[in-house]
Amino acid sequence: MPLLEVKNLTLFYKTVRGVVKAVNKVSFDLSRGEALGIVGESGCGKSSTVNAIMRLLPTNIAEYNGTLYLDGVNLMEMSDDEIRKKIRWKRISMIFQGAMNALNPVLKVGFQAAEPLIVHEDVSKKEAIERVREVFKDVGIPPEYVDRYPHELSGGQKQRVVIAMSLVMSPDIIILDEPTSALDVSIQAQIMNLLKQLKKEKNISMIFITHDIALASDLCDRLAVMYAGEIVELGTAEDILLNPKHPYSEKLIASVPRLREDRPVEFIPGAPPDLVNPPSGCKFYPRCHKRIDRCDKDVPPYFMVNGRRVKCWLYESYGERRKS
Amino acid sequence: MKEPIMQLENIRTYFYSRAGLFKTVTVKAVDGVSLTINRGETVAVVGESGSGKTTLGKTSLKLIPLYSGRIIFNNQDITDYKGNLKWFRKQAQIVFQDPFMALNPFMSIKDILEEPLIIHKIEAPEERLEIISKALEEVRLTPPEEFLLKFPHMLSGGQRQRVVIARALVLEPIYVVADEPVSMIDASSRAEILYLLNEIQQRHKMGILYITHDLATTKYFSNYIAVMYAGKIVEYGPIKEVLENPLHPYTVALLNAVPDPDPSNRFHFREVIPGEPPSPVNPPSGCRFHPRCPKRFEPCDKNEPKLKEIKNGHYVACFLY
Repeated sequence: MPLLEVKNLTLFYKTVRGVVKAVNKVSFDLSRGEALGIVGESGCGKSSTVNAIMRLLPTNIAEYNGTLYLDGVNLMEMSDDEIRKKIRWKRISMIFQGAMNALNPVLKVGFQAAEPLIVHEDVSKKEAIERVREVFKDVGIPPEYVDRYPHELSGGQKQRVVIAMSLVMSPDIIILDEPTSALDVSIQAQIMNLLKQLKKEKNISMIFITHDIALASDLCDRLAVMYAGEIVELGTAEDILLNPKHPYSEKLIASVPRLREDRPVEFIPGAPPDLVNPPSGCKFYPRCHKRIDRCDKDVPPYFMVNGRRVKCWLYESYGERRKS
Repeated sequence: MKEPIMQLENIRTYFYSRAGLFKTVTVKAVDGVSLTINRGETVAVVGESGSGKTTLGKTSLKLIPLYSGRIIFNNQDITDYKGNLKWFRKQAQIVFQDPFMALNPFMSIKDILEEPLIIHKIEAPEERLEIISKALEEVRLTPPEEFLLKFPHMLSGGQRQRVVIARALVLEPIYVVADEPVSMIDASSRAEILYLLNEIQQRHKMGILYITHDLATTKYFSNYIAVMYAGKIVEYGPIKEVLENPLHPYTVALLNAVPDPDPSNRFHFREVIPGEPPSPVNPPSGCRFHPRCPKRFEPCDKNEPKLKEIKNGHYVACFLY
């Protein structure tokens, strides 16, 4: 049984312009110790997807449904209070984009990293900070840094504090939303190494959200490519990166410039669709270089192509994915 | 025949920052950089944040006063030019990083593109429209009539950046500083913008200073590369040569840090350099990279290495060579 099973997760927002279909029937699962990458461009719904999993929702919700099984328990049936007390930090923790800049400047970083423990578990402040010292060692910060303030740390160190905070309750899953996008490349490589090490040593599952496919390849075992609120292709990192099937994944990967390989870098003409009025049929067809007749009329289902899922009519002959 | 359009000679740009009530500190953002940009060529300046790459670009445009050094534009020394710089502004332009902030939300695309023409008193109003339409066509916002009356919020990020480029180009500059022109753009459109810039460059024979932290794009879109660290150039040369045979340990580390999309990446750790870039207020003695350098030896913390030509056109500032 997978650790986390997401089925038909849907999240629509109400806006003055109409309903924004940010996350539209997204399904995937995550095993223990596995890292799943959700890749896609800005506005494709990748952050909304994980916010929907964590139930971190704004007030302008038009629709929020689907099922979320964590170890067989349906999170969608839990109240907001239960999610807060039993799930967040304890079972699933999250590192937000630029979280290192969200540290409170007037509190010591040790206390901030210990806060989930103090709030959720019946431990004293002193005990909690003792545990943070241990976690600081795991993430490569000297334990005595618990007494420092954020301004005394560098950007990379602050990001490590945030990672320590996410680890302090020993969760099963860490969701990482662009955890390195605010960092320099040399620091980014350090943090990616740390995440790899944590994944290996602690057997933590990770959901890694990024727009940078090359970076996703540094950590992820499987990849989900999102476009306009939907997963268009889901498969192993090898399948997706070396032999993408969906025309969008194909072009997206071809648009990554490569240092170690001589191949032309491509681009996708046009821009992603407006999620208030998405195109009928396949949402990618207006930009697709392989579109066929029916693409603008019928929404493609998922077809199973040698163990991976592709939402594209080109693979109709492979047969539809079984609905479960 | 190479035609130098921008020659920067031993540029130093210092800022003064208050530290406490009575103390000021000197921030040596750019500290002795020489660089030449030729017509029709692109020089990439790469480095991490705080390396001084943007300051260098802005100094070359005289947007920031320099402490010492010489700026020679089109064979004319403009370092101490005291008069009105309007003629220079017309020929030297900048493309900013963030297309969401670089465009006035209250101005239509037509107004945005017309403003530089009005300021530089170019053509009569009727003819301006023609220039604007041509510029929009050059950046492939076609048909132009469809975009003229739009406002920035109606465009996607990629389209906005094309407006920013069009605005820089209506005056037909010969030198352009492109400061991270695609870092805010979606991955799938980055190459499109860079190809476009490249194409326009070839047509108008512009010299481009391409400032970026993204090493991978420099391979495709530049002729030369200068690697900056803590206000200094540590390595310089033809793009292919530097990327294929990097010499400076910092360049090597930087290249190692950038992943290609390869599924085998996840099975091994990346070779990284410890620590973080130094503060430009108090840079390390000797070679500024020495505290992080895996190959440091005797002289590195005492003497400062000079840029030295190793082989045709490939320069490095490191005692190993």
